[in-house]
Amino acid sequence: MTIRTEPPRVARPTSTEAALLVPPGEVVPGRARIRSPLRREGPQKLTGEAKYADDLVFPGAWYGATIRSTEARARLVAIERDLAFDWSHVVVATAQDIPGDNIVSLISDDQPVLVPVDGEIRHHAEPLALLAAPDRATLRAAKSAITVRTEPLPPVLDPLDSDHVFAHYEIATGDLDAGFAAADLVLEGTYRVGHQEQLYIENNAMIAVPRDDGGVAVHGSLQCPYYVHKALKRAMRLSDTQAQVVQAETGGGFGGKEEYPSIIAIHAALLARKCGRPVRMIYDRHEDIVATTKRHPAVVTHRTGVRRDGTLVAQDIEVVMDGGAYCTLTPVVLSRGALHSGGPYRCPNVRIRARATRTNTPPNGAFRGFGAPQVQFAAETHLNRIAEALGLSPLEIRRRNVYRLDDTTPTGQVLRESVAGEEVLERAAEASEFERERDRTARARVERQGSGALAAAPLATHRERRASGIGLALAWHGAGFTGSGEVKLASVASIELTSAGAIRILTASTEMGQGTKTIFPQLVADALGVAYEAVEIAPQDTAFVPDSGPTVASRTAMVVGGLLIQAARRLRQRVEAATGGTFADTYARWASAHGPIRVDQRFEPYPGVHFDDETYQGDAYPAYGWAACTARVDVDLDTGEVLVRDVVAVDDIGTVIHPVLAEGQVEGGTLQAIGYATIEEMKLRDGRYLNDRLATYLIPTALDAPRISTILVEAPFSGAPHGAKGAGELPMDVGAPAVVAAIHDAVGVWIHDLPATPERILAALGAAARPAEPGREGAGTAAEAPTDAADTERAVREPIIGGTDPRPDAPTDPLPLRGPRNDGEAQWPSGERASEDPA
Amino acid sequence: MNIRMLVNGEPAELDVPGMRRLLDVLREDLGLTGTKEGCGEGECGACTVILDGQVVDACLVPISQADGSTVRTVEGLAGRPSGGQELKLDELQRAFLETGGAQCGICTPGMLMAARSYIDAGGGPDQDAIREAIAGNLCRCTGYTKIIEAIALAAGPAA
Repeated sequence: MTIRTEPPRVARPTSTEAALLVPPGEVVPGRARIRSPLRREGPQKLTGEAKYADDLVFPGAWYGATIRSTEARARLVAIERDLAFDWSHVVVATAQDIPGDNIVSLISDDQPVLVPVDGEIRHHAEPLALLAAPDRATLRAAKSAITVRTEPLPPVLDPLDSDHVFAHYEIATGDLDAGFAAADLVLEGTYRVGHQEQLYIENNAMIAVPRDDGGVAVHGSLQCPYYVHKALKRAMRLSDTQAQVVQAETGGGFGGKEEYPSIIAIHAALLARKCGRPVRMIYDRHEDIVATTKRHPAVVTHRTGVRRDGTLVAQDIEVVMDGGAYCTLTPVVLSRGALHSGGPYRCPNVRIRARATRTNTPPNGAFRGFGAPQVQFAAETHLNRIAEALGLSPLEIRRRNVYRLDDTTPTGQVLRESVAGEEVLERAAEASEFERERDRTARARVERQGSGALAAAPLATHRERRASGIGLALAWHGAGFTGSGEVKLASVASIELTSAGAIRILTASTEMGQGTKTIFPQLVADALGVAYEAVEIAPQDTAFVPDSGPTVASRTAMVVGGLLIQAARRLRQRVEAATGGTFADTYARWASAHGPIRVDQRFEPYPGVHFDDETYQGDAYPAYGWAACTARVDVDLDTGEVLVRDVVAVDDIGTVIHPVLAEGQVEGGTLQAIGYATIEEMKLRDGRYLNDRLATYLIPTALDAPRISTILVEAPFSGAPHGAKGAGELPMDVGAPAVVAAIHDAVGVWIHDLPATPERILAALGAAARPAEPGREGAGTAAEAPTDAADTERAVREPIIGGTDPRPDAPTDPLPLRGPRNDGEAQWPSGERASEDPA
Repeated sequence: MNIRMLVNGEPAELDVPGMRRLLDVLREDLGLTGTKEGCGEGECGACTVILDGQVVDACLVPISQADGSTVRTVEGLAGRPSGGQELKLDELQRAFLETGGAQCGICTPGMLMAARSYIDAGGGPDQDAIREAIAGNLCRCTGYTKIIEAIALAAGPAA
């Protein structure tokens, strides 16, 4: 059953009455629910009282800095100190100072904490040595008194050229050859996406404080306390209690604070150990961009067989991701990418081959969506092109192929419940009046075509300066860890009832803006039948809270929230069995007589969910979230600039716990996806990021942001006691392909590479004016020519043939170097430029 | 050099290098850590404060330029009624809390100051005007939707 929950459009009252708590699942007509509780830590954030890492004061703390490589690949020959400098107030730490293993513990043991002398530097900005000093001026001076000597080695910069494979997967079902043989049309296309920076507004920051027991406590901006804890123990050779990790208020993560904080924590700990006092490692924006992880660039090639009616019969997909210099989380990112690469569509014959390779560029890692946005941009853009080739609407082709209940995925997973692809698709189409809007933009295109001097290149005309278009995309996103990940993780979440009658939640799940500290007390209060305010939440400090797993993969509400409900139910039973009254009425008295009690709840596999990591067969995820998005854009016909005007985002996240917070996830994820689609681009030269400042790496401002209408759909997941699925990552999957489809609807060209910058759009439009290649006429299924008016001429002259790109003039050559590359400046053929003049 | 300012209504006098950033004076010398640093080059707006009625990025203002000025930071928004310890949010903060305008909270202090300035200058609930007013303040969490909603709510009905 699905329920539509519309965000209220009226201004909400500003009164301060106690927030009402409404049990999840209870629906109030006309509005999703009565008021949800206000953000728990909201008042502190709004008054400036919340303490982020850089706001914390540790008397006597020194400042730390990192000496980094300036080459993509080299042998580290020596790290030299200028002996003329006064080193008496500076400590220097190198690989030799690491008491434990010189390894940043994660999946593979390939990444050093600091490159040792004689070791290999594998990427630009790799940490080589550390410095600490009592003040910033001394630190700066000391930094310039260090000289690094290296011997350059030839770098590998193209992931397609690399022979070092971090991970590879192959997923197959059906008979691919038979599928293609049965197809009426076979289409092939290659899509490329580049690095994307998480760009949390709070930079990475970590402060290490020596402990009396010889250990170290680190306070910092992070998502996963126990990842940092594990890495710290191994590198610093510490026991469980000697290593203590405390999350400070965290100013955004988006995956960017999943693995890199481990490195900074070890660095700060090394310096703190050496100088015997607290050390602050607070990155500035430049260092954060230049050194920390990004979204993996990817090249995705689709070869797809379809029947004339749009039914998919064969999908052959190849995914290549660039892992960067070290493994980090790449195998897991790639795995999610492979599993999502076909999109949310039924297809009997599928082969997915995915590999991630090593290059001499800074390591790539987690970023909201975790491999899925890359592949679903490709899948959705490809499907839109198939629809165009068949003369089908983008909505109709999705209706014909979207997964329905009891369909089977390429891993053999039967989708037995919580399948809402069709629902979100129809909601999005309805709310955006998709087909009507498409008719309107098509008419406008025809009129525009006749209005200017440039018949073949529908750019600026005398009447129109701007073209509008609408685009649609659909996606699925596996909720929680991939495959058997949750089973291996075996997370624990706890609730304690103190003898003083305090109810306290103990988890390692962090708040980084998404609402953990609000929804957890909400869920527990609901399960216990007490007021929201009666439930406290313990700080995310490894000295107190159990390992409830990392705060990633949209798993917090679904998995850890589920554990808390189970723990709360056990606590309630225990108390009610003893007292005979309701928990709410009796717990305080019972606790004072009985003494403190703590209930630990460990994750148990969801019933009926099995996955085989060896064969990649089975239930890849316990459940999926479903998202559809429509975007309306204006393309400036003079400059190629894209303005995304309106977005309708429809997301099925299972039972909605807190509508305001859930909408916030959808809106924020949608804008990140729009940035990915239009302006966010990391440029590289010789393995170094060129636009490594906020002045040069752009993210959307309030003026760039569209009006976003969010519609939440609830298709509950029965495995979780509250029915919630993940929310955080889902919206990231659909925004970019919707925008690219809208650009096509506006100006008639497909952009294969993200972001769809003005340069790429103008280049693509320029190419549209080129004469058709000879020898293509008359072959294949010309009848399915695009209906798009702007493309009519080209389509007739360049009919689609089996096995080729429907647009032979599109830039589909193999990936040049890394990520999307500027395919040259927009070329205006001189004749056209002249013809702009009024005749 | 010797600097005198009025910070959130309180006089402050300090002796600091003239080129020290206003941001560092606020955060480190005055302990007002509500004002955040996001980029240090005037791009993100996390350090937005109101200096003599003007919205500025505190990371771009040398303290010598703030001598004799009035500075408002996020710490000056909420009141302490009857001298108590408990903070009472102002209507703008209240609106952010109710609409979900603050997520991770790191852009929030700067966003609030930009919005405060907009409302104090007579700005209304018009969406486009609000977008313009906060165009110098980056937020990575919200998509701006609920921030705009909050400011519109606090600005009150259109005149």
